[in-house]
Amino acid sequence: MNVLIISAVWGVLMMFSGVLLKGKAPIRILAIAGMLALVLVNVLEMQGIKIFHIQTEGLMKYDRPALLFIGIATVTTFLYLLLSARDMEKVGAYNSEYFALIFFIICGIDLTSSFQSLLILFLGIEIISIPLYILTGSDKRNLKSNEASLKYFLMGSFSTGLMLMGIALIYGARASFDLSAINTVVDGKTSVLLTAGMLLLMFSMAFKASVAPFHFWTPDVYDGAPTVFTSFMATVVKAAVFIAFIRLFSDAFGKFQPQWQMIAGILTVATLFIGNITAVFQQSVKRMLAYSSIAQAGFMMFAVYSMSAEGREGLILYVTAYSLATIGIFAVLIKMQDYTFDGFNGFAKRQPLLAATTTIFLLSLAGIPLTAGFIAKFYMLKAALAGGQHLWLVIFAVLMAAVSVYYYFRVIQAMYFRDSETDAHELPVSLSFKWTLVVLAGLVIVLGVFPDILLSWYYF
Amino acid sequence: MPINYYIFLSLALFAIGIVGVLTRRNAIIIFMCIELMLNAVNLLLVAFSKMHHLQLSGSNAVAGSEGQLFVFFIMVVAAAEVSVGLAIIVMLYRNVHSVDVNFLNRLKH
Repeated sequence: MNVLIISAVWGVLMMFSGVLLKGKAPIRILAIAGMLALVLVNVLEMQGIKIFHIQTEGLMKYDRPALLFIGIATVTTFLYLLLSARDMEKVGAYNSEYFALIFFIICGIDLTSSFQSLLILFLGIEIISIPLYILTGSDKRNLKSNEASLKYFLMGSFSTGLMLMGIALIYGARASFDLSAINTVVDGKTSVLLTAGMLLLMFSMAFKASVAPFHFWTPDVYDGAPTVFTSFMATVVKAAVFIAFIRLFSDAFGKFQPQWQMIAGILTVATLFIGNITAVFQQSVKRMLAYSSIAQAGFMMFAVYSMSAEGREGLILYVTAYSLATIGIFAVLIKMQDYTFDGFNGFAKRQPLLAATTTIFLLSLAGIPLTAGFIAKFYMLKAALAGGQHLWLVIFAVLMAAVSVYYYFRVIQAMYFRDSETDAHELPVSLSFKWTLVVLAGLVIVLGVFPDILLSWYYF
Repeated sequence: MPINYYIFLSLALFAIGIVGVLTRRNAIIIFMCIELMLNAVNLLLVAFSKMHHLQLSGSNAVAGSEGQLFVFFIMVVAAAEVSVGLAIIVMLYRNVHSVDVNFLNRLKH
């Protein structure tokens, strides 16, 4: 609740800061300070100190997993702002508004990670989506950015329509939007209305989370959007959608698991297959990362599929590992002039520190031991195995992880083992940028060796 | 009137909206079809709300009011979406002088 209110107020403050403050630096500092404040008030709330006492009437519940994920989202956004706030100012002239929209998205993330009613789920998803449509199109003169935002907008509101239809059908069956009221089995069977609504909700969440076969908008939108905002969309927002996905399907449809588990399994397999195989054929690193985000979504789907305590722990770990690594890679990518694989040729000689941290991030995404990505994948597969009888799914996932090594290592190979024929240049990088990258890489490794640091917050 | 009539009417409207989104090429018309989908949902919610009220009002005097409340939220969110969506379409029109979504194939390569 602390984060929800303070981020809304701070977002409005950011909008006025464009008028009241002169120059770019004060606005940027105000945004970073605001995000730091959100991190702190969330830690306070985890310690039991609430600044605002508001009766939510059962619409929201700030339990441990919700607060932990809000913490992760604010911390990763804070790191993202530290790395990329300067690059956001280069997109267009409206830098204070971009920061304001980021704060409003955090508001929506707070709602989607704590909802106990379908109404709040709907509002949260929309509060996340509408600012994202704007951020995607923020490079107004660029046709690719225009296209991406129109496509994202049409696809996004289409899937919102599906979600609303699902909610309406469930309301017809259960006379309530409350998750616990939906999660009851009467006479051992479910009505047609409820089943149809559940499927529509599953498909619309799959749309938002870019799970195949509802992923087709993702590569185009991620490719067309300004790279700074792609970074945010592909990490924090995607993580928030998955947290909402698992909360919805455990709290509202947990008792109907036999009905939807097979469909979730099919979605998982399709996502892993399409994401990984298509990523192999990409020539642009940005587009490769878009497909890689689909492939990683396949692994996150394992948490929804298995729906156990282990799966939920694994998802928390997975979204953290994935967000940290992807934010780091995108921050480096923004500095490149050439987004193709060849653009990375000889990068290790020009920027040894950046190349080393990028390597750590890529290893984490590929799931190499000692990085957070490995332990996260391990948790996911362990959760799927614990459910029993799904061995083929786990084998398939491991095979696909092996495929992913190919395209992640292509970048590493280009950086270390190829020389650049042209004199390629990067944008200049500041010392603070380098230090933040080192901190990110350090976090990836520390989480890989001691995942309990994060998971202990889950229970205590 | 039985509730089935309302369900079939709103599902028909919803299906018209979906078919429109999938087949039309003009961004504004796609947009109108999405609005049609949302309004089909509104109709269904109001119908269910009335149904639950008739069934449950004996034990709970405000039964079914949540559905109507939800409709207001959908209307507000749809208005916010319209304002952003039209802005995006205007932005596109300034650059390509067309609102035809067939123009949107430059990203696929």
